Amino acid sequence: MSIIENHQTHGAPFSDSPKLTARNVGVYYGDKQAIFDVSLDIGANEVIALIGPSGCGKSTFLRCLNRMNDTIDICRVTGDIELDKENIYDPKMDVVPLRARVGMVFQKPNPFPKSIYDNIAYGPRIHGLAHSRVELDEIVEKSLQRAGLWSEVKDRLHAPGTGLSGGQQQRLCIARTIAVDPEVILMDEPCSALDPIATAKIEELIDELRENYTIAIVTHSMQQAARVSQRTAYFHLGQLIEVNPTDQVFTTPEHALTEAYITGRFG
Amino acid sequence: MTNTSMTTREKVEHSMKRRRAAESRFRLYGMASVLFGLLCLVVLFGDILSKGGSAFTQTFIETEIQLDGDYLGLDASSSDQDVRNANFSGLVKKHFRAMVNPDGRKERRQLYSLISAGAAWQLQSEVIADRSLIGSSLRIDLLADDDVDQWFKHDRGHEGEHSRLSELQLQWLNTWVDEGALKTRFNTRFFTNGDSREPELAGIHGAIKGTFLTLLVTFLLSFPIGVAAAIYLEEFAPKNKITEFVEININNLAAVPSITFGLLGLAIFINIFGVARSTPLVGGLVLTLMTLPTIIISGRAAIKAVPPSIREAAFGLGASKMQVVFHHVLPLALPGMLTGTIIGMAQALGETAPLLMIGMVAFVVDVPGFINDPSTVLPVQIFLWSDSPERAFTERTSGAIIVLLGFLIVMNTAAVMLRRRLERRW
Ligand SMILES: Nc1ncnc2c1ncn2[C@@H]1O[C@H](COP(=O)(O)OP(=O)(O)OP(=O)(O)O)[C@@H](O)[C@H]1O
Ligand SMILES: [Mg+2]
Repeated sequence: MSIIENHQTHGAPFSDSPKLTARNVGVYYGDKQAIFDVSLDIGANEVIALIGPSGCGKSTFLRCLNRMNDTIDICRVTGDIELDKENIYDPKMDVVPLRARVGMVFQKPNPFPKSIYDNIAYGPRIHGLAHSRVELDEIVEKSLQRAGLWSEVKDRLHAPGTGLSGGQQQRLCIARTIAVDPEVILMDEPCSALDPIATAKIEELIDELRENYTIAIVTHSMQQAARVSQRTAYFHLGQLIEVNPTDQVFTTPEHALTEAYITGRFG
Repeated sequence: MTNTSMTTREKVEHSMKRRRAAESRFRLYGMASVLFGLLCLVVLFGDILSKGGSAFTQTFIETEIQLDGDYLGLDASSSDQDVRNANFSGLVKKHFRAMVNPDGRKERRQLYSLISAGAAWQLQSEVIADRSLIGSSLRIDLLADDDVDQWFKHDRGHEGEHSRLSELQLQWLNTWVDEGALKTRFNTRFFTNGDSREPELAGIHGAIKGTFLTLLVTFLLSFPIGVAAAIYLEEFAPKNKITEFVEININNLAAVPSITFGLLGLAIFINIFGVARSTPLVGGLVLTLMTLPTIIISGRAAIKAVPPSIREAAFGLGASKMQVVFHHVLPLALPGMLTGTIIGMAQALGETAPLLMIGMVAFVVDVPGFINDPSTVLPVQIFLWSDSPERAFTERTSGAIIVLLGFLIVMNTAAVMLRRRLERRW
């Protein structure tokens, strides 16, 4: 398998009400190109699933959207990415407010080695979102409630966040992301370390969050993509092969590679 | 099918035997080396304690002495200055002459040499504290000379040919022993006095204070500089040839013989910048040079050990580089950094060679008050005493080593406890 010459993304990569627009994005790790000429819109208040075989560049693309790739020295991004028509790779763009607007949940739960409360309160604190202790308490409670964790931890807010179970930790990380009230949430395989029950909880949560947030989720689980997303984008070796409404991708894929992947012929 | 699985299991069984043997062999090696280390430690401590323990006691001659106001030329209204000028040493001599009636100058000299020069100072300070003692008789333990001290503590009953005491002196001493006048007491002077030519008056107070001041300077300079350098190199510095060069040279510095730092300190701090020699300030500066690489290297290792997922989490929330470093990386790296710092400080505590180069080897009687007073440090004091011929100094050498080891143990325990405290925040 090699990359396809002159490939045009199949399906409908563009949206009428885009929140994020990526145009001709290329990503390089040193000399090695990981993403080739990807153009994709992420619509407001939609959940878009990014799927594809391991190493195809899903995480890399996702991390472009809040410039997390900046933290990797050798990583270089070309093309344009706009958030609400604002170029996020503009030299004048400050990544700090950008990341407050585009939050991220990682594959492995990574709570800070602090209390549950402080985990949630950290973002609001550094961004100055709360002006009093009471306000901060409110944000913490609201975020934990939205992440469906409040009832489980309300009696031990000052216990270490690292002492929670894996699924609880991941919901804590989601709550932490919600706490800064982002517009977009990027999730990189948020359920890969979780059992089916915890996964179901998080999928439910994603569905609820869609009302207020735009969500891009990377997943290896086709069922998960089918359950939570409205559109699905299929990546292959750094190229965006096909983007279509999720139902359509899983029933009548346009591209042969997509079909091969969802029918399990490789992946 | 079963057959192949059986053979596989047998193979595993067979290899288990070898693996278990290798494991127990390795455990044995480990235990043996730990045991060897412990044994060395026991021998070292045993030797030093057996030699140095007696440095903590001192022999005194208990006597009742008449503070003759006429002889001293003092009365109840004399000023401190008068008391200082008074001839207490003559009084002590007169007192002991009256006790044993020596015959002729030679015998008198032998008698006087049994009593420390410090005896007169003892009387003097008693009188300075309380003028009403003048004219009365005072019961006091007077400091014995170091030869007497050594004899009383170690040689009594089995004097060799090498005894530094004459027949006559031994005769006097034995009568005093019979009268119960000779006794040992805790040697407070060892902890309250500075250095002295007289072993019975020599103490480590000056050296301890000097060590404390020197390490204070070292810590105040090397910790912030070292931590800042570690953070900068690890987190902010661009990865290019220059930083690589800096990095290699920091590692090189850690391996430079410490005496070189002493020469450097002499050339730069003393000769160019004119910092006073023999002071804790210049000592601290030199030890800072020596400690910095240790702190930087351990600091960088501690920073590297912070899981990248924590950084990602903070960046993902929109923390700035500074916030990531100071809110997350540094608190997690601090226990490691502190351990490195204390190890570096413990090295500095025991360091002698570079300090010899910058004049801290001078004979300093006065206890230093501040970082710009001439002083010495414990290891150099040990070095100085170990060079002295008097047996009493040999004993004090070991005594000072015990104190130094004590400090080391305290510092290392503090390091471990600090680490635990900081790490226990989960
Ligand atoms: N930090 C990095 N440095 C160099 N190359 C990298 C780095 N991260 C990713 N890559 C390369 O970029 C390509 C895409 O990686 P990426 O992590 O985006 O894949 P992915 O689709 O997320 O895979 P997975 O499903 O296994 O997570 C891979 O070939 C990978 O080797
Ligand atoms: Mg990935």
